[in-house]
Amino acid sequence: MIRFEPAGAEALLLVLAEQPDAQLPQRIALLAQRIRAELGDLLIDLVPGWTSVLLHYDLMCTDHLQLAERLKPLLERWLAEPFVAQAGRLHEIPIWYGGEDLAEVARLCQLSGAQVIELHAATEYRVGAIGFAPGFAYLGELDARLALPRRATPRIAVPAGSLAIAERQTAIYPHSSPGGWHLLGRCPWLLFDVAQLPPCPLALGDRVRFRRIDERDFIREGGQS
Amino acid sequence: MSGLRVLKPGPQSLLQDAGRLGWQHLGVSPAGPLDWHAAAWANHLLNNPWGTPLLEIALGGVELQAEVDTWVAVCGAQVPLSMDDQPQPLWARLSLRKGQLLRLGFARSGQRAYLAVAGGFIAAPVLGSVSVQIREGQGRALQGGDLLPCQAARFSHCASVPWPYLPDYGSKPLLRVITGGDAANFEEDQLQGFFAQSWQLSPLSDRMGARLIGEAVQPPGRQWSSGIGRGAIQVPPDGQPIILQADHQTMGGYPLLGWLHPLDQGRLAQCPAHHPLRFTPVSIGDAQAELREFYRFFRR
Repeated sequence: MIRFEPAGAEALLLVLAEQPDAQLPQRIALLAQRIRAELGDLLIDLVPGWTSVLLHYDLMCTDHLQLAERLKPLLERWLAEPFVAQAGRLHEIPIWYGGEDLAEVARLCQLSGAQVIELHAATEYRVGAIGFAPGFAYLGELDARLALPRRATPRIAVPAGSLAIAERQTAIYPHSSPGGWHLLGRCPWLLFDVAQLPPCPLALGDRVRFRRIDERDFIREGGQS
Repeated sequence: MSGLRVLKPGPQSLLQDAGRLGWQHLGVSPAGPLDWHAAAWANHLLNNPWGTPLLEIALGGVELQAEVDTWVAVCGAQVPLSMDDQPQPLWARLSLRKGQLLRLGFARSGQRAYLAVAGGFIAAPVLGSVSVQIREGQGRALQGGDLLPCQAARFSHCASVPWPYLPDYGSKPLLRVITGGDAANFEEDQLQGFFAQSWQLSPLSDRMGARLIGEAVQPPGRQWSSGIGRGAIQVPPDGQPIILQADHQTMGGYPLLGWLHPLDQGRLAQCPAHHPLRFTPVSIGDAQAELREFYRFFRR
């Protein structure tokens, strides 16, 4: 059951499901694309979430009631479509698994450091949402054997390119920022660059695999240790 | 290029335009002025279009020397304003001649002054905007020696903002809230507690969020992270609400009690730490009607 909820005077929240599932990010990516194509003129920003899409609209063009009416036929079509797994672009991202919390994660998960790396690198992930900071992509779903709550006290600064895990998610911090996730490694690439278009190579619904590299490769590929 | 030379930059002076719009899906915060009322008037006085780049000056303490003949307007916080030591009015457009020293003292009331220049300050946009966003590394605060580039301009006469539109930042504001979000999931007495009490603005507030201090409001459970907008009133587990401001994050998962009326966000941004704040509900329809009127006047 889809719900429309006004989100202040200039935004409308579309709640598409009560719980996220494996298919939802791709379906939301498709819906977001359609909304942009058909109603983009009325919108300032469109922000996909785990189970929702937030539409920041231009109040001089529409309001939450009119926009909801315009969305209904589009949503009916979207709901009626059978799910077709989109291949999604595949990104292979190099990681030097030498993170500060690797030993601690291994201890908490009752695994060896090598097993943690193996489990983390074995999974193909999907971009489930992008937010928190520019280019910060939430990737799911992390192997259940690595699921840990966030750190009790977040770090004041996590180095740029840090690969981290929390709950059933993994992500790379594109820039140095405060962070409460467990650090497993570092990526040498700049994952948010305003000189590029789009500035972030990852998009909602894309696939991500991690390629293991060592410290020398990390430096060679541009990483700052 | 000529412009205004920075002799004293003030504690935090930031170039702002209409904001970095259209990139929230990649986690990019919109930024923009904290006080739209004062910023819009400053530009309007100079016939600048909505969102023309201007300077947001926190607390004051700025000295600039003109290297061009132009016109300026300062609106917002009540800063002592002078040109070559001659006192000048705020909320008015003023001729500034090459060589003249423009001085903004420290604010007596209010927190942010907006300095606009005819035609706007010229800067290279990043993702379509010149707005400085410190947390995301977009631009930096003004520094001594900087040049604020702008073009020469002329007006034939002065102009000022009509007095009914001049705010009194010393008053105790009653800020209007469009209830919604997870409001229905709060216990009735918790919601009443939010509106019944007088809150205090925390000194930890910044351009990202205004933090309130008061008797805790018990929130319902956490939600799946979704897009979030300016003015959203988040209630984290400690029960001390956070009202999102211009530099807000794009997604959040804390329960929401509602949204601050967009035209009251500027009033909040002008409050000093520990200022008392009270809230009252407003309907979404009334808020939208008033906001449309504001846009019709300023967003020509």
